[in-house]
Amino acid sequence: MSQYKINVTKLNLWYKDFQALKDINLSIKSNLITAIIGPSGCGKSTLLRTFNRMNDLIEGVRIKGEVLIDGENILDSKIDLLSLRKKVGMVFQRPNPFALSIFENIAFSLRIQGIKDKKKIETFVEKSLKSVFLWDELKDKLKSSALSLSLEQKQRLCIARTLVTMPEVILMDEPCSSLDPLATLKIEELLQYLKKDYTIVIVTHNMQQASRVSDETGFMLLGELIEFGPTKEIFTNPKDKRTEDYISGRFG
Amino acid sequence: MSKIKEFIIEKIIFLCGIITIVFIILIFLFLLKEGLSLFKSVRIFEFIFGKNWYPISEPPQFGILPLILGSLLVTLGAGIISIPVGIGCAIFIAEVAPRWLKDILKAFIELLAAIPSVVLGFIGMVTLVPFVKNFFGLPTGLTAFTGSIMLAFMAMPTMVSIAEDALYAVPYTYKEAAYALGASRWQTIYRVIIPGAFSGILAAIMLGIGRVVGETMAVMMLTGNSARIPQSFFDPVRTLTATIANEMGEAVVGSQHYFALFSIGIVLFIISFFVNITADIFMHHKK
Ligand SMILES: Nc1ncnc2c1ncn2[C@@H]1O[C@H](COP(=O)(O)OP(=O)(O)OP(=O)(O)O)[C@@H](O)[C@H]1O
Ligand SMILES: [Mg+2]
Repeated sequence: MSQYKINVTKLNLWYKDFQALKDINLSIKSNLITAIIGPSGCGKSTLLRTFNRMNDLIEGVRIKGEVLIDGENILDSKIDLLSLRKKVGMVFQRPNPFALSIFENIAFSLRIQGIKDKKKIETFVEKSLKSVFLWDELKDKLKSSALSLSLEQKQRLCIARTLVTMPEVILMDEPCSSLDPLATLKIEELLQYLKKDYTIVIVTHNMQQASRVSDETGFMLLGELIEFGPTKEIFTNPKDKRTEDYISGRFG
Repeated sequence: MSKIKEFIIEKIIFLCGIITIVFIILIFLFLLKEGLSLFKSVRIFEFIFGKNWYPISEPPQFGILPLILGSLLVTLGAGIISIPVGIGCAIFIAEVAPRWLKDILKAFIELLAAIPSVVLGFIGMVTLVPFVKNFFGLPTGLTAFTGSIMLAFMAMPTMVSIAEDALYAVPYTYKEAAYALGASRWQTIYRVIIPGAFSGILAAIMLGIGRVVGETMAVMMLTGNSARIPQSFFDPVRTLTATIANEMGEAVVGSQHYFALFSIGIVLFIISFFVNITADIFMHHKK
């Protein structure tokens, strides 16, 4: 039990009348990278957004079912949303640093937790930039705008910004889709480092990426989770015909 | 055939543009010609910094310092009231209020913008003036403070709607990022949304203030029309605009008094011009 970080049972989600998730059951293990793949519009992002309740921001969303994180049902209305989102961090498709300095982008995560001590903030900023391998590049220009960075640097910064809230789970929604192949490889390398300390769920369109980085993979189609299992198995020996069709590139 | 039609329409539109420009230039030249005539007999320094406005005494004195201070005081007061309320209202509408309340508030603000200033002045006269008089125990309710309150109401619609647009223009991704990091709504608003909309909010403030500076009718009705240097917010004052409106009818065309009123017009023009330019700079300031 304890090796599972997230347990999803009978999860259904509607956008107004449109059902985007249908009876999803899945368990995500701690300290692994879990990939969610599937064609566009199948509900990958929607599923990801239930894990940190970002769907709450969208009007007309209804959810049924259970999502347990460390045994606690996070769909419960009594849950403390703000601490849930600190515990379950998210990195978006398009790098979205704030229009602030590099330093302030990371300090933001600390300031919203009420941390005011300058020394402490500086230490955290340095530590988090080091853990995404940005410190050496950026240590002399922490005061310049985060918007002046390259896309890859921005995405790393966004990851760093998430890391300082000390999450246990990191959700990534196509984090490399706006990056070039080289930058993509570098981010993937970073994921391998982070995996030791975090449970990572990554949504991707890119099947090579899923097979390269993930330990377990789920395949979704039209709101359903068709198949879930060790990445090797999904890619070499899929049980479902539809999974096979998808990974062999016959549709999607 | 349609080519000719197109040609004619194009020329007409062009002409409209030219006419507008010509009119503005003519108005401006007229203002300058009449206004500058005063300075043949009165020194600019005495005009701006003179403490006495006695245009029909013998000899007349044309010091507009009390009027400038009157305008400044009323504008300052209106700013102090309308900036927090207006910007707060914009934030509430853009970020906090549920859809139905948002619609109601916006309708009210549009309604406020549609009330003619005489009507607001009149309402102020029968409600606000006695209230201010009694509440503060003043000899008269016609004070700078009274005018400020009413002007704040007039500045509000402009301020709210422009600030609201500025808030909406902050990319959704910022908001999303802040929430995903576990920021509360308030933290998101004041750490991400307000800084993101900052230049637009400043523009909103300046345009709201611009409205206040040029306003005439309501201030004339509410501020007591006393061209003396005010000692406090609770003194009667007279603004630049009210002076022109009040005295233009009685000033003999071509007299010093008449020219002095145009000079006041120039001063007003310069003030408005700077307020609008500042607003413009903030508005088009790209981060
Ligand atoms: N806010 C919304 N309102 C209504 N329908 C939505 C909304 N967001 C997503 N949907 C619908 O829900 C379905 C799943 O969307 P989702 O974004 O989760 O797909 P996805 O698998 O992430 O796709 P992509 O690979 O293109 O990112 C789609 O059919 C989409 O049109
Ligand atoms: Mg998606």
